[in-house]
Amino acid sequence: MGKDREHIDSLTQKEYEYGFITDIEMDMAPKGLNEDIIRFISAKKDEPDSMLRWRLKAYRYWLNMKEPTWAFVTYPPIDYQNIYYYAAPKKKEGPKSLDEVDPEILATFDKLGIPLEEREALAGVAVDAVMDSVSVATTFRKKLQELGIIFLPISEAIREHPDLIKKYLGSVVPPTDNFFAALNSAVFTDGTFVYVPKGIRCPMELSTYFRINAANTGQFERTLIVADEGSYVSYLEGCTAPMRDENQLHAAVVELIALDGAEIKYSTVQNWYAGDKNGKGGIYNFVTKRGVCHNHSKISWAQVETGSAITWKYPSLILRGDNSAGEFHSVALTNNRQQADTGTKMVHLGKNTRSTIISKGISAGYSNNSYRGLVKIGPGADNAKNYSQCDSLLIGDRCGAHTFPYLEVDNPTANVEHEATTSKISEDQLFYCNQRGIGTEEAIGVIINGYAREVFKRLPMEFAVEAQKLLTVSLEGSVG
Amino acid sequence: MLSIRNLKASIEGNHILKGINLEIHPGEVHAIMGPNGSGKSTLAHILAGKEGYIVEDGEVIFEGKNLLELAPEERAREGVFLAFQYPIEIPGVSNTTFLKTALNEIRKHRGLSELDAMDFLTLVRKRMKLVDMDPSLLGRPVNEGFSGGEKKRNEILQMAVLEPRLAILDETDSGLDIDALKTVANGVNSLKNKDNATLVVTHYQRLLDYLVPDYVHVLFDGRIVESGDKTLALELERKGYDWIKTKAGDSK
Repeated sequence: MGKDREHIDSLTQKEYEYGFITDIEMDMAPKGLNEDIIRFISAKKDEPDSMLRWRLKAYRYWLNMKEPTWAFVTYPPIDYQNIYYYAAPKKKEGPKSLDEVDPEILATFDKLGIPLEEREALAGVAVDAVMDSVSVATTFRKKLQELGIIFLPISEAIREHPDLIKKYLGSVVPPTDNFFAALNSAVFTDGTFVYVPKGIRCPMELSTYFRINAANTGQFERTLIVADEGSYVSYLEGCTAPMRDENQLHAAVVELIALDGAEIKYSTVQNWYAGDKNGKGGIYNFVTKRGVCHNHSKISWAQVETGSAITWKYPSLILRGDNSAGEFHSVALTNNRQQADTGTKMVHLGKNTRSTIISKGISAGYSNNSYRGLVKIGPGADNAKNYSQCDSLLIGDRCGAHTFPYLEVDNPTANVEHEATTSKISEDQLFYCNQRGIGTEEAIGVIINGYAREVFKRLPMEFAVEAQKLLTVSLEGSVG
Repeated sequence: MLSIRNLKASIEGNHILKGINLEIHPGEVHAIMGPNGSGKSTLAHILAGKEGYIVEDGEVIFEGKNLLELAPEERAREGVFLAFQYPIEIPGVSNTTFLKTALNEIRKHRGLSELDAMDFLTLVRKRMKLVDMDPSLLGRPVNEGFSGGEKKRNEILQMAVLEPRLAILDETDSGLDIDALKTVANGVNSLKNKDNATLVVTHYQRLLDYLVPDYVHVLFDGRIVESGDKTLALELERKGYDWIKTKAGDSK
């Protein structure tokens, strides 16, 4: 028995693979948050006055809000005055091609295994590379322009498409929505804007790689995706971050809008630095993600969460339109001292709305992994249907898995199903694999990939491969 | 091929094996019989490297290597295969994925190239015929929802694909009806050649009607108390284990 415990320990104590720091001269605002900092950010971004007023309103609201405490996570109090709210690699103008990109940034991407050159060559993938809040390279933009698809850093979109921004920014997650959303609205520095015009099917997967790179720099990304009537878009978000000793706050907001008959697929692979095995350092990931579906539209969230010291994240959907559909497929893996409180909210307002929730939690080490989900059927949502399945897999016996499902049904015609299971990778299973020549590390990889297969199937092909590797890497180490 | 010398082992303070000696050469089929609790399964587990047992004395040499020093997966890659008495279920992992991963680990160890999906499926389909297994079981999760007979066939299928030097069958006959028993035994027989060996661990003689051993050993109270040819198994069947118990008692 003792030997297996050792196996599991060594497996689950692998150092973060992508831990390195890029040394780029930063253009920083002083630490702390006040109205001047917000004015500074807004000025840096060359924003219209209306945007500045929007930010200040959010900030003033935030001042009177309280940090939420209901999540099943614990962390020391965050000093919001001890954070840098603006940091950008020094560049006067955005680069027009890869040649103009700082070689050191390119080298960093190389280390991450996502060289831009390769990405650019990969047919069908456009990358809007975001490093520390400012876009350093944008590819495929031209091709998209021909179709009328807008795929821009949000700061550019704010300048170039003020009408769309005014109409949709904050329309799904208002600045007053919650503590972290308000903070994000006040200080967000960059992110992505996508607009797909009526009837257009975006021919490539859109992807953005986020990366936190400056010590003590809060990362406040803002993503807004609008799929106009009858259009389709698939968006990929993936991230890695370098090793740091001090906790870094990440409070992003993602808003999705699927107008009548539109479909949005939003896939995430999240691998922020999780802290060392004693729980020192790591990213605090407090994210608000929400989409709204109009008539006959569909939004699917697919996420693979392996990183961050703390994850607080509930990609949600408001099924406002009749006959709209929502999906949430999630794999959340926690190891060592990681804490994750993640899930989804499906709010059914329209008639004949359907939603599916598939959540697969994996806990190892001393970690805590919670699923928290709400299924709400409004009084007008005749014949709404929901199916939820929440599974937990435990590796070792010092980790925790928790499920907090909430159901609010205000319509008698609703059909709501919830299934939950908890299982454990047993010593017998590992021995069985060993006896067939499969080492323990590989065996755990095979087992968790089998367990999470239902979710991987939902990811775009190359993302699925990457995600599978990531799960194995997140748990592996030198087998003793 | 396999040389067990004075092997003594215990589990949680209980002495189970009290000095086992056994020589197995290539091309041979050995059967180990014995009453419940005599240590048959313990011997099979220790050879495969299952945790929880403490080897107190003796050694096991397999193909010139000290077997007890190798990790379970290394033993498997060297060619030791254990057909489990109770095959383990692995939800979510398809039989194909499991078996392909195993085969390629073993091939890598042997310096062979890994098989791609097509070559692998060709091989598996061929081997499945040996055990008359329903092809739909390939896509199903490992042993999950399999009947007792299907699980045992699946063990022999794995053996057929992995081609071990030494196959240890731990109570493979338990829970099988007579038709399944014949199928499984025929499968094992057809895999026999001059370079590999089989160690059959069983309580009953009936499997040995179809899987004919060259040698039969009777294990009692942690020791091999009697060895002989296949007629020993028939004698046991006729006289029962009490005969051995008395005999072992006399020799003490």
